[in-house]
Amino acid sequence: MLSNFGITFLSITFLTSFLLIYLSFNELKTANNKIPKKIYNFSSLQLIFTILSFLTLLAGFVVSDFSMSNVFENSHSTKPLLYKISGTWGSHEGSLLLWINILVLFSFLFLFYSNNNNKKFQLYTIIFQNFLIGTFLIFLLFNSNPFSLLFPVPNEGLGLNPILQDPALAIHPPLLYIGFVGSSIYFSAALAALISKVETKLFARVIKPWVSLSWFFQTLGILVGSVWAYYELGWGGFWFWDPVENSSLMPWLLMTALFHSVLVLERRLGLYSWVIILSILTFTMSVVGTFLVRSGILNSVHTFANDPSRGLFILTFLILMVFSSIFIFFKYSTTEKNTFKFLSKEFFILINNWFMVFFLLVVLIGTMYPIFLDTLFGTKISVGPPYYNFVLAPFLIPLLFLMTSGPKFNWISSESKKIFDLVFFISLFIFLAILFIVKEKNLIVNLTLIFSIYLTIQSLNDFYKAFKNKSINLSRVISHFGFGLLIFFISINHILSIEKNFNLKVGDEKNLSKFLIKFENIESYKIDNYQTIIGDFQILNKKNLIKKNLKPEIRIYDQPKTMTYEASIDSNFFSDTYLTMSNVSDSELFNIKLQIKPFMNFIWLSVFILSLGGVLNIFKRIKKV
Amino acid sequence: MLNPKAKIRLSILVGAILFSAISIFLIFKTLEDNIIYFYSPSEIKQINDIDTNKSIRVGGMVKDGSIQTKKDEIKFIVTDFKNEIIVTFSGTVPALFAEGKGVVAEGKLQDKEFFLAKRILAKHDENYMPPEINKNLEQNAK
Repeated sequence: MLSNFGITFLSITFLTSFLLIYLSFNELKTANNKIPKKIYNFSSLQLIFTILSFLTLLAGFVVSDFSMSNVFENSHSTKPLLYKISGTWGSHEGSLLLWINILVLFSFLFLFYSNNNNKKFQLYTIIFQNFLIGTFLIFLLFNSNPFSLLFPVPNEGLGLNPILQDPALAIHPPLLYIGFVGSSIYFSAALAALISKVETKLFARVIKPWVSLSWFFQTLGILVGSVWAYYELGWGGFWFWDPVENSSLMPWLLMTALFHSVLVLERRLGLYSWVIILSILTFTMSVVGTFLVRSGILNSVHTFANDPSRGLFILTFLILMVFSSIFIFFKYSTTEKNTFKFLSKEFFILINNWFMVFFLLVVLIGTMYPIFLDTLFGTKISVGPPYYNFVLAPFLIPLLFLMTSGPKFNWISSESKKIFDLVFFISLFIFLAILFIVKEKNLIVNLTLIFSIYLTIQSLNDFYKAFKNKSINLSRVISHFGFGLLIFFISINHILSIEKNFNLKVGDEKNLSKFLIKFENIESYKIDNYQTIIGDFQILNKKNLIKKNLKPEIRIYDQPKTMTYEASIDSNFFSDTYLTMSNVSDSELFNIKLQIKPFMNFIWLSVFILSLGGVLNIFKRIKKV
Repeated sequence: MLNPKAKIRLSILVGAILFSAISIFLIFKTLEDNIIYFYSPSEIKQINDIDTNKSIRVGGMVKDGSIQTKKDEIKFIVTDFKNEIIVTFSGTVPALFAEGKGVVAEGKLQDKEFFLAKRILAKHDENYMPPEINKNLEQNAK
């Protein structure tokens, strides 16, 4: 039943995107400068039907309609409601349906809320966006149909992978997808701008809020993913330089480069071709990310079962997309005059772009190199975190410095400014005070600390100035402040983290230099859809004699039969005490990992502050337009 | 010969190319030093000079009945049904780590018989098998 509805809704969505392309092409020939009502109507219709198809799948999950193979494979009737709902986008098919929903939503929002009085540009954007929608719909219907039926109808589903049954992971994919797929709209707009030869300033104005919007969601999506990895994977880390994580970071880096260079385009009309290239690359990178994650080509800690035929489709689509973009770019791009002054604001923004592209290359090479070696020579390798740390860390220092100094310079003019001002010496003083406590010897870590403090204090100073003088860009100040804090807390966390591994029996004690750990008891219960084994530990801090009780868990799920280890985290705002327990082949001894992770909450908070700058950027634009 | 504007452009271009070349070189240099190679127990037997300072990955099956849990470490045998290697590890193992299941351990070789693991890689899916293990196991089964 539901399956038929879903397929009908999807077919109507496909039909409307076909109609929208057809109508828009026809409209391009007419002379008047007004988009006819029917295009708006069809766009609304398209949005309604695509949302209906999504709700249909959602309903299938909620009522556990196991006649749909997607529901059967990813749900179970005893699963809590929240995870039935999040199961909708937990699978490949469902997430692709969500992907299409966002494509359509952005097409609709762009048509309705981006009044730019340039009909040709507007229509071409809708045409390109609907090409994307149509292609992905074909992929969905013929390769990954979430509504395909199962006969005979099973009585019970297979269940959702328990590691995905988590509130953070329930919202992680939608956030990340709004970021990923949101970049499609400026991909379409960039191609449209080339063909319709739209005025550069208008193009910059039009895409800016969309870039900020997708950047904001991408940042939040990455944040939620990291938080999840931190408490669910049980290693106490929050970023592993894993290929799947990298594929969400790569579009983020490009988005960051893009909304910096859009500023130059808006103010100085420079970098037009570069902004177009970045817009195209960002969405391309998002599709590459999807390809890497979904094709099963990656050997990643996050790997789920995959199907190579999906990879083939995405790869073909990717190649077509890239080649047609290159073709359009060279056919329509015009030469531009750039008058760039050394040591002007635009100069520093260009340097920012260099850093972002460099970071992108580092991450891209680190992610792709193992794949190339494997396909070409059959050599199996993996690239670990040391590579990223060695290459990226030294470049973080000049980046932090330039993030502090760059915004002091004005547009166009090429005057020199005082770099090492009072703020710098205050920062140096704070650093020395911190160094006295942490006693870190590594030069790069210390320099990173100095310059992250400098950026943070300088941003605070700018924040204060922003209230007196309206000309200061508040969203920049907030984001730079967040970034300074983030690097500062990551460095401090890196210096002060402690990790201890040992095995204990119930009743045993472990005496460490700073802590005394007592394994007091073990209990077992049956909860909802899993059996849990809870360990009761007492951790005594020998220095301040504070006792903490931590209860890490081992969960055994029935459907599918899986085990997960739940870390127990005691967070006292400044520092997390992180305990995980595992057990192998019913041994009496349990494996215990104790970690002390300072300032984790501050790391999350910094990323949140960083993302807030993006929100401000969206609203600022709406107010002015 | 060249007008001043063209000269500036040329120097920017040369500078940009030089800079990019250096950064790409740097990336690949660091990459070479930090690659972690994957070996099966049989491949380890064939290595002539063992580098005990370099991190590698060892993958295969956890031999049935081989897991021993001691006070401060876990010991188990990784096998590809032809050769085997003893792995010691301290820390929590990921879920789905069990006898008779596939495993990938990252760490350093002590010698050809002993491997000191720093990390046991997690898997998210009981049916999931790292591609490199699959291939090696298939070859060895023949």
